[in-house]
Amino acid sequence: MAKERKRRQPADAPPPGDDDEGRDHRREKKPRKERPDPVLPSQIKNKDKRKEVHAKLKREKKAQKRKLARERGQAAQRAVELGEQPPEKLVPRTIENTREPDETVCRPDDQELFAGNDADEFNAVLKQQTTPKVLITTCRFNSGRGPAFIEELMQVIPNSCYVKRGTYELKKIVEYANNRDFTSLVVVHTNRREPDALLIINLPAGPTAHFKLSKLILRKDIKNHGNPTSHKPELVLNNFTTRLGHRVGRMIQSLFPQEPNFRGRRVVTFHNQRDYIFFRHHRYIFEMKENKIASKDKKAKTSESKSQPEKQVICRLQECGPRFTLKLLTLQHGTFDTKNGEYEWVHKMYHQICCHTKVVIIQLPWDYTSLFLPFSPSKNLSLLAPCSSRLL
Amino acid sequence: MSDDVIWHCIRHNHCSFMAKITTGIFCRNPYNATGICNRSSCPLANSRYATIRDHDGIFYLYMKTAERAHLPNKLWERVKLPRNYEKAMEVINKHLEFWPKLLVHKIKQRLTKMTQYRIRMRKLQLKVREKVMTMPRKETQRHLRRMDKAEKAAQLEKNIESELKERLKKGVYGDIYNYPFKEFDTILEMEKDDVAPTEEEEEEEVEYVEGDDEMDDMEDIEDFGGLPDDDEDDDNDGETDEDDLLDEPVAKKPKGRGSDLRSNIGKKSKKLITEVERDDDMGIRRRTRM
Repeated sequence: MAKERKRRQPADAPPPGDDDEGRDHRREKKPRKERPDPVLPSQIKNKDKRKEVHAKLKREKKAQKRKLARERGQAAQRAVELGEQPPEKLVPRTIENTREPDETVCRPDDQELFAGNDADEFNAVLKQQTTPKVLITTCRFNSGRGPAFIEELMQVIPNSCYVKRGTYELKKIVEYANNRDFTSLVVVHTNRREPDALLIINLPAGPTAHFKLSKLILRKDIKNHGNPTSHKPELVLNNFTTRLGHRVGRMIQSLFPQEPNFRGRRVVTFHNQRDYIFFRHHRYIFEMKENKIASKDKKAKTSESKSQPEKQVICRLQECGPRFTLKLLTLQHGTFDTKNGEYEWVHKMYHQICCHTKVVIIQLPWDYTSLFLPFSPSKNLSLLAPCSSRLL
Repeated sequence: MSDDVIWHCIRHNHCSFMAKITTGIFCRNPYNATGICNRSSCPLANSRYATIRDHDGIFYLYMKTAERAHLPNKLWERVKLPRNYEKAMEVINKHLEFWPKLLVHKIKQRLTKMTQYRIRMRKLQLKVREKVMTMPRKETQRHLRRMDKAEKAAQLEKNIESELKERLKKGVYGDIYNYPFKEFDTILEMEKDDVAPTEEEEEEEVEYVEGDDEMDDMEDIEDFGGLPDDDEDDDNDGETDEDDLLDEPVAKKPKGRGSDLRSNIGKKSKKLITEVERDDDMGIRRRTRM
């Protein structure tokens, strides 16, 4: 099962497959070039002639590629007809499955990790000793889509309230929130009438995460959108696997209550992929669906008066609420302090460029679903996280 | 005499410090005491002139006299003014005792203004201010491009659906998508009594029953979403009583529920057809469905 899943998922993405096959073609063509005179288009001075030769080469490559694909398909069909096992499908190379392993990937049997979790700032909320209580505020200038986004955010996060910013400094606001027993402070930063940053401060003693927010789509702009109910949503956190990702995942988890109301069928998803955290809010429903093969079996079974046919469970999703993407810029120790604060992690562009295959810092190979489940490596994703730089 | 000659030369567009804008004619010379281009404020056309300049928050009184006009690098005499406003005023009075009254007045006004804006600068430094940062277009474009590719690689809908299915299998929603245990036990007993089960048949039947339960529960939730829990409990009690009494009225209720959803009509019609065919099997199937 696990192997099949691994193969199927990459196969669904045709572009990487094309790249992979393209490479195969290039390798095969090299010996042919060597035998006759090697004609490289780049060596031809005349522009028209060079263009002509290059186009010809490209057509030959495409024909070769199509030919190989057809042969592979025919081989698979022949195997099926003869009753043999079909040849294994080629797995295209993607950034995810060629990534080098990162040394900070959390392992399921890591005792140090569990000890760190117990000594965490989020421990009180995640062990249900404290009910999460979220204060939402803005920057000084709040206009455009900011207020609408905050309204939808208040519907997504239970037990959250909005207080106008006014002219107070953020440090004063942190003190105010601590006095009122808030567990988190969320600041929505608006720039040119568009929310562009999100600041999440865990109270009473930090840490502070600064995210870049982009591609915000509000509920009214989503076609066939659903309207959320007041049930407490359940949380899905995917791919928060490195130490940094683990920490960010726990911080996000501490915003939501730990006792979701499953009857409401409401799910909030934070999916991390290549260091981008995608936020989605859905209502779902489980349905039964009969397979075609099952229907045939059904006829036989009914005639023989045996048991009922098998049915397949399907999950249908309806999107409601805001849709946006976050990217972590800084993770700071303690509450908000730009001058004297100590940074746990700062995003650096140079690091991202020089090792492209190690881009993802937050993504991990296994799903982070510590809501009610123990840590277990995911069978779907065999991805390994890249390296991460920390300032400690 | 030479002052007048200088003024006549530079008055009409021959001065490089002159700045003409719609609101007036101004002077860019740093030694100008008022910033306005006129005869009395021009530091070039007055051989006897004084002004105040600011160096890193420290004010200096600059004085120019005709006796040093032939020494350009020693033209301006500089006197440091104390930080205190009153003492600075005394220093000005002392050094400009025999100067024209108008000029002294202007210099005192200039001192007042500069003192006030120095105080304001100090206050602003203590306040917290937003930091203006650049957002290069190239960086933004790169960010958006990579985000699009990451979103395609993420396959969000598929991942969410598979995650929810896994939770269903593991039994996270155990209470909601199954009947209460009592009814479940009765169903199991019925199956044992009626049919002699083998291991495989047991497994299959159990799976089927669970599926039906999920469907029924979902329909109930959708229909009675607005009602409180107490009513739901009462409804359940009523159902159990009716089950004991009669079989036929139970068969009618699922029809009513099914009419709400189109996809269910087909499924239930199939079930009804199967019921009509055989008499012996009908009883068994009705009970299992309940």
